[in-house]
Amino acid sequence: MTTTQELTLKTEPFVLNMGPLHPSTHGVYRMRVTLDGEVVLDIEPIFGYLHRGIEKLMEERTYTGCIPLTDRLDYASAMSNNFSYCLAVEKLGGIKVPERAEYIRVITAELQRIANHCLAIGAMLNDAGALGTPFFYLWRQREKIYDLFEMLCGQRVLYNYMRIGGVSQDLPDEFLPAVKKFIPQLRHFIDEYEFFLKQNEILIARAKGVGILSKELATNYGISGPVARASGIRWDLRKNDPYSVYDRFEFDIPTRENGDCYDRYRVRMEEMKQSLRIVEQSVKQVPGGPFRTEVNQVIRPPAGEAYAHIEGPKGELGYYIVSDNSIAPYRSHIRSTSLINLGALRQMVKGWKVADLILIFGSIDITMGEVDR
Amino acid sequence: MTAALSAKEIVSQLSARFPGAIEEAGLDSALVKSESLPAAAEYLKTAEGLKYEYLNYITAVDYYDYFEVVYMLTSLEYNRSVTFKVRCYSRDNPSVPSLTGLYQGADWQEREVYDLMGITFEGHPNLKRIFLWEGYNGYPLRKDWNR
Repeated sequence: MTTTQELTLKTEPFVLNMGPLHPSTHGVYRMRVTLDGEVVLDIEPIFGYLHRGIEKLMEERTYTGCIPLTDRLDYASAMSNNFSYCLAVEKLGGIKVPERAEYIRVITAELQRIANHCLAIGAMLNDAGALGTPFFYLWRQREKIYDLFEMLCGQRVLYNYMRIGGVSQDLPDEFLPAVKKFIPQLRHFIDEYEFFLKQNEILIARAKGVGILSKELATNYGISGPVARASGIRWDLRKNDPYSVYDRFEFDIPTRENGDCYDRYRVRMEEMKQSLRIVEQSVKQVPGGPFRTEVNQVIRPPAGEAYAHIEGPKGELGYYIVSDNSIAPYRSHIRSTSLINLGALRQMVKGWKVADLILIFGSIDITMGEVDR
Repeated sequence: MTAALSAKEIVSQLSARFPGAIEEAGLDSALVKSESLPAAAEYLKTAEGLKYEYLNYITAVDYYDYFEVVYMLTSLEYNRSVTFKVRCYSRDNPSVPSLTGLYQGADWQEREVYDLMGITFEGHPNLKRIFLWEGYNGYPLRKDWNR
């Protein structure tokens, strides 16, 4: 008779450096991953590779001169950055924005949200292993939005479109008809895309129940945007602290309860539909009149401080600006959504496999330009 | 939304509970004494009717005479926000108590302030540079920083 042999394998944890230039790290981001076989024990995020010192640079530029810098924070949603920054300076200087400009801002911000979510969902699916096809389906829609933005300001990615007191140029005549034509197209596309993926077995197997972020943890970490809403936090600044003319539109805030990767994907899909609803309503209501308040190119807001935040595509995007009545901000702080949302990653990946780590990371949707600033 | 409190009421509640903790009260912000910060924040976070459970951001401003650390808290339940400031007058070794024990989101933001402004957060579990590298000379967001 043979004795039962101990067949346990002796393992020991090892450290793997992922990034900074790994295709799934969405920019120059590095994780020191401690692994036990394939299982993630811990990660240590390392970043700063893209730190350009934008907050310091802003102290040396005029208020208007800072706008192009804000484009370069979250370069996947530059319009929203422009928007939030201009709101903060307008709050500081007590500058009123004409109605027409408010509507133009809402339309562009919502189109930007759709464009951002196209990238976020596409990149997440890419990270889940659905290489190429689902990504480029969405990419094509994003291109159409970029075409619209090009029509507005001649730029496709970094717009520098908004100005303190309004926007840089009025809507060209062909813009609103083009948007009106685009809305049903995109709506049809979203339905079709959802049909492909909603019941997709692979996506469900990979994403459902993976990387759960509880409501309590999300609150404690200050998580905002779709990630928070997927965890059941009903919080959207467009409703909770309405800015611009958002109180005039009818739209819902999609939330989900589980806080897993699948829910984050679903929330973004639903948000695209809601954004379309807002665009549809605002396109109908755009009033005539000036597109910008007459303010000097070089402004000197009264000494003081202001914080303005918007519901950016990724979450709460805010600017805290201190003025000393000179031509440049005395201090400006950017409440970076990506950095703060990334904070909870470590809690979300523990115990999951390396392949899940990539997916969970992708599902948060970050831009390194905004993390490092 | 249930009855929400204005910043003024919060300040009066705080000063009743922690006498001398509030140095100055503005319209929507209050200047808190550095040593009272953790207790005041804990009260704001846990007290019934306040529930400021969400930390929006932490940042710091250099005013030459002093550094001002700015905190913004939000109560998701009552949909109210409040801004708190703490001043430290030392230029050589400015320090503020850490809020990482209450808000885990404070971890990286305090590291950022430490990295760029050079303010130490007492009680922070892992206070090291976050964007710049260890050994970098100086704190770039300070007004007297010289490249």
